[in-house]
Amino acid sequence: MTRTRLAAIAAATFAGALLLSACGGSGDSGSGSDSGGSNVVGDITCVDGSIKAAGSSAQANAITQWITDYQITCEGATIDYQPVGSGAGVEQFIAAQTSFAGTDSAMKDEDLVAANERCGGGPAINLPMVGGAIAVAYNLEGVDSLVLNPDTLAGIFTSTITKWNDPAITALNPDATLPDATIAQFHRSDSSGTTDNFTKYLATTAPGVWTYEPGKDWVAPGGQGSKGSDQVMASVDSTPNSIGYVELSYVLYSQVAKAASIDNGGGPVEATSENAANTISGAEVVGEGNNLALKIDYAVSTPGAYPIVLVTYEGVCQTGLAADQNPALVKAFLQYAASDAAQGDLIEAGYVPITGDLLTKVRAAVEAMS
Amino acid sequence: MATTSHEPTTTRADPEGISGAAVRRGDRTFLGLSTGAGLLVLVVMAAIAVFLVWKAIPSIQADSANFFTEGQWLPDSDPPVFGIAVLLFGTLWTSIIALVIAVPIGYGIALFIAFYAQRRLASTLAFIVDLLAAVPSIIFGLWGLYNFMPYVVPFSQWLSEYLGFIPIFANSQELWTKSILMAGLVLAIMILPTVSAISREVFVQVPRMHVEAALALGATRWEMIRMAVFPFSRPGMISAAMLGLGRALGETIAVALILSAAFEINWAITEPGGNSFAANIALKWGEAGEVGRSALIASGLVLFFITLVVNMSARWVIARRKDFSGAN
Repeated sequence: MTRTRLAAIAAATFAGALLLSACGGSGDSGSGSDSGGSNVVGDITCVDGSIKAAGSSAQANAITQWITDYQITCEGATIDYQPVGSGAGVEQFIAAQTSFAGTDSAMKDEDLVAANERCGGGPAINLPMVGGAIAVAYNLEGVDSLVLNPDTLAGIFTSTITKWNDPAITALNPDATLPDATIAQFHRSDSSGTTDNFTKYLATTAPGVWTYEPGKDWVAPGGQGSKGSDQVMASVDSTPNSIGYVELSYVLYSQVAKAASIDNGGGPVEATSENAANTISGAEVVGEGNNLALKIDYAVSTPGAYPIVLVTYEGVCQTGLAADQNPALVKAFLQYAASDAAQGDLIEAGYVPITGDLLTKVRAAVEAMS
Repeated sequence: MATTSHEPTTTRADPEGISGAAVRRGDRTFLGLSTGAGLLVLVVMAAIAVFLVWKAIPSIQADSANFFTEGQWLPDSDPPVFGIAVLLFGTLWTSIIALVIAVPIGYGIALFIAFYAQRRLASTLAFIVDLLAAVPSIIFGLWGLYNFMPYVVPFSQWLSEYLGFIPIFANSQELWTKSILMAGLVLAIMILPTVSAISREVFVQVPRMHVEAALALGATRWEMIRMAVFPFSRPGMISAAMLGLGRALGETIAVALILSAAFEINWAITEPGGNSFAANIALKWGEAGEVGRSALIASGLVLFFITLVVNMSARWVIARRKDFSGAN
């Protein structure tokens, strides 16, 4: 009896879904014939058709916002981005299952060789599109601003500094009243690009204290792991005297936690999108030609440059993407992504825009796609 | 309900439908279908085993450490260094804690439902316990993390303050959340329905005459349970615990959310730490590279064998005591 009813519900749902998709289909084709291929609306060049993409979950919110904006303007376009993780995203791109990949670290040489082949000679290139800042979030009652430097940060995250009133911390914060409490340190328990960039920062700037290999997995002793930035943030929010590292947007929306300022030697720098953008635009391009793989200068001590940043890329074919994977739509979408409007939206979402000369290079690289 | 159960008799009006030939054909079809269904399970099991072995081999060959004794998990480093020691320890340790807590309570619930509670209360309670089994594990994980954990922290502190001389209760970190104990408690709640439902089924199959004979001889209810119910039900009770263990071993997302996922062997159950096979796979899969994925599958293969052994030994216990068992 229950079975029958379940089956009936399932059938009804399925029929409903068919009906909906049928409606969607007809709507699409209608608008498609109206617009007639591609047309330009504001900064957006509309191209009909659909593409699939997958990869980094760190840039998922930014990409999703751009997709929504693009599709509102261009009704004939369908872009599907699955946040499956960088590794899986690059793998699917190389296997020609997707039109482009989102990845937290630029595709390396061995990946590029495989990707070039997939692009019919290509070349395949990395385009920095979405920047991020990693904030050190802390939960200390009565402490509204906290300054940390690389050695202190590394000490806290390797559990060699275990108390909030440790001389190393009080020396940096003479005006704050720091409690005689154990530091509850939270890190990511899952593999993530955030951990990768955070540990790269520590390994570059505090090599004497952080003696571990930087990587996607947390390897230092002590502290507590939480799954995903959302859980790290929730753990910090709910645990007094705690500290953790999360993407900037999480701490902006937190009611409890605040972001520490980082002093790389040039004075304390607040964790803001603008300050992080200064570091990213100063990064050195290490890729060849239009491959804009970057080397971030984590040790930057320019005033106003927040050093703990990450850059996520789109892995694309500069040329040679198969026609059925709609290279024109990929190009049009990335043109929009590199536009002032789209990059401007990033700040609001807690991301960091690409600015300055680097953005000019990104735009030139997108223009060169065919 | 009543109308549907009568339907078959009313529709079978055609006398040809119950002639010998038709029955034999139907028999043969049904035999084929049921044999096929049985074989399908074997095929699926074999396919899973082959898939796991096939995908695991590259990483085990690439591993520069001992796969069974290494405690770190860095399969995507160069050279790859990974092993299952910590995962095995954490999986077993959390599951044992869950069993120690859930089994006595599960038996208690089953006994209460089978012998103490009034009929109406018993069926309501049985229904609610079964309902517990239908709660998705992510709900248990989130509830455990946000709702249950604040209540466990004082309990952990109490344990370490008064029983801290026993090494497993000691806490040198002064941190109490995300502990093995916490994961064990949530797992205990999750396996409770399995343990209590199976042992309840066993208890109600104790022959009425045994029970009544014991009572007639002047036994109290507890003496009756001890003398008539337990000896008869022991194999079933053991297999209930083993099936609970099987579920605890494989639980993924609740453990992934709760445990601190540290790669160290730490016996202290009130300190943050620990990791398990299933949780590690869930946490590492998304960003894992080629060797990393293969390594995770290799760890899955080990879990597959452990669960297989646990379930087979449960079956073996039941089969060995078949004469007395109510579970068959």
